[in-house]
Amino acid sequence: MSFKQLRIFKYFSFIIFGLIIINSSFVIAQDDVDSTALEVVDSLTLELQPQPATNVVAKDTPNDEGGSIIVSWDLSADDHAGGKVTQYKVFRAMVIDGEVGEYQQVGENTAGAVSYQDGNVDNDFQYVYKVQVVNSFYDENAELKEFFSESKISEPVSSSPQWFRMYTINTLIGVALLCFFIIFYINQASKGKDLFIRKLAGMEAVHEAVGRATEMGRKIFYVSGLGDMDNMQTIASMTILGRVSELAAEYDTYLDVPVCRSLVMVTAKEVVKEAYSKAGRPDSFKEDQVHYITDDQFGYAAAVDGMFVREKPATIFFMGQFFAESLILAETGNSIGAIQIAGTAMPSQLPFFVAACDYTLIGEELFAASSYLSKEPKLLGSLKGQDIGKGVILVALIIGMLLETFNIWNFSSLFSVIN
Amino acid sequence: MRREVPLFITAIVGASFVIQYFIPHPPFNNLSDWFSDWFSIIQACAIILGALNLMKISFLKVKDKKPDWVYAAVIIVSFLFITIIGLSEGEEFRLPGTKFDWIYNFIFIPLSATMFSILAFFVASASYRAFRARNFEATLLLIAAFFVMLGRVPIGDLLVWFMPEGYQLSNLASWVMNVPQAAGQRAIMIGIGLGIVSTSLRVILGIERSHIGGGE
Repeated sequence: MSFKQLRIFKYFSFIIFGLIIINSSFVIAQDDVDSTALEVVDSLTLELQPQPATNVVAKDTPNDEGGSIIVSWDLSADDHAGGKVTQYKVFRAMVIDGEVGEYQQVGENTAGAVSYQDGNVDNDFQYVYKVQVVNSFYDENAELKEFFSESKISEPVSSSPQWFRMYTINTLIGVALLCFFIIFYINQASKGKDLFIRKLAGMEAVHEAVGRATEMGRKIFYVSGLGDMDNMQTIASMTILGRVSELAAEYDTYLDVPVCRSLVMVTAKEVVKEAYSKAGRPDSFKEDQVHYITDDQFGYAAAVDGMFVREKPATIFFMGQFFAESLILAETGNSIGAIQIAGTAMPSQLPFFVAACDYTLIGEELFAASSYLSKEPKLLGSLKGQDIGKGVILVALIIGMLLETFNIWNFSSLFSVIN
Repeated sequence: MRREVPLFITAIVGASFVIQYFIPHPPFNNLSDWFSDWFSIIQACAIILGALNLMKISFLKVKDKKPDWVYAAVIIVSFLFITIIGLSEGEEFRLPGTKFDWIYNFIFIPLSATMFSILAFFVASASYRAFRARNFEATLLLIAAFFVMLGRVPIGDLLVWFMPEGYQLSNLASWVMNVPQAAGQRAIMIGIGLGIVSTSLRVILGIERSHIGGGE
């Protein structure tokens, strides 16, 4: 190598070395910048990360049919007004042979919440839960930022169905007591004990109303309302229909039963047919006496109103579940001068019937009417039992009023019902 | 058997509905749903019976030229018309823009609304009769109704502008509705509850049989 070449090589080496030094310095400087940024980010994370939820407990939901676990926790220390917590996320993992599986989010709750009900678990497996406390917000670039912390994992838990809903114990006692009174008085009545039953003006008037129709040679209409056969008022109505149609058969007066439910039609037809047979007039029963009109509320009201106006019945019975059509029907009946006996357990419709009808069975009287009309000792006994139940409630009301008024004891809590 | 089978079914179904309220454990928790599903199925099938009954009675009325047979003819024509329109449009008959939908929106709903609107006039005539001061109770009702109605409209409070806050007519109306009215209504509700329990028990135990035709 010549001297000139050596010098060129030396300068070139210097240049290369210089470049390496410069580059190294730059890299070192860059590293310094990165580490500083990391420290800033870490401190920001620490600042925005909420404190974790503590004391996470998972328990089988009580008084249920299984398939549900309640997870509860103590609030994060940052969960307060102006705090960092925006929500709690609940994670669940299955435990199989002591091994914890993969965690999956099963639900979330808002800040301030201390529990979550996981209603999607299998009774045959064990689960563990953890709660994530989240602080989420949108930054100046409208990007969602989330900072979170996780709680400790709960103890394994499994769900199971219970054999009794403990909160229904007061209802059970109440129903059992009422059933006892009813059965007791049915037995008493069966043994021939004379029972006093107060008069129901509406039912006392049934004979008079049917007799009036017979004298006038006009029809009797029986309207059983809008309820279907799964409604207790309709069942009560059918029992009254049985008694009324028996009377109508005895008096040989035509009974027209327009209905708005197919199942009610089938039932009512059977009831009326049997009543006619019982009265010794099976030939008087006609298939079209009980007829279906429509399921539509106002279509039914229009059709029945039309029949009232055209056929001018002497007597009309409204027994069952009624809604807005109650007054439309009752006022039309009133306008044609028919004697009207109504009965419903719809408190909102009672004033309309009271205003437009001659007699109204109010609430419980609808359910008592059939027994009252039949005069059968067993049925009257059940009415007596029902009245004793009412007496017990009355006594409880008076005691409750006094105790609550003087703030002696939280008596009303005994009667709280949870559905 | 004609009596026993329905009574047995009634007892089983009725008791299952009571039991499932207290016992959440399978199979009791599913019984009421199961029976409710069965009821819906039977109900859906029974609609055919209803429709057939309506058609049969209407056809006979027209055929025999019974009084007011024209109305029966209207029923038959309307029933067949809407059925044919619905069937011709297939599964999508209820979608907006179909002929069935048009009939529903522009014929059925206005007719129903007309019937509902008549209620306003009936309320007026019934109120007139109910609020006549025939005796002491009716007079009380009239006075209470007067103040409640007046308290429900803005002019009520304007009429008693001199009364202090909390003693306006609207407050009186609210008090009447929330205290004496609510107390009376609750008393009725308690009676209804007891009546339902008693009737249910009679039906479940088979003491009350008139709904299946009566008899022993």
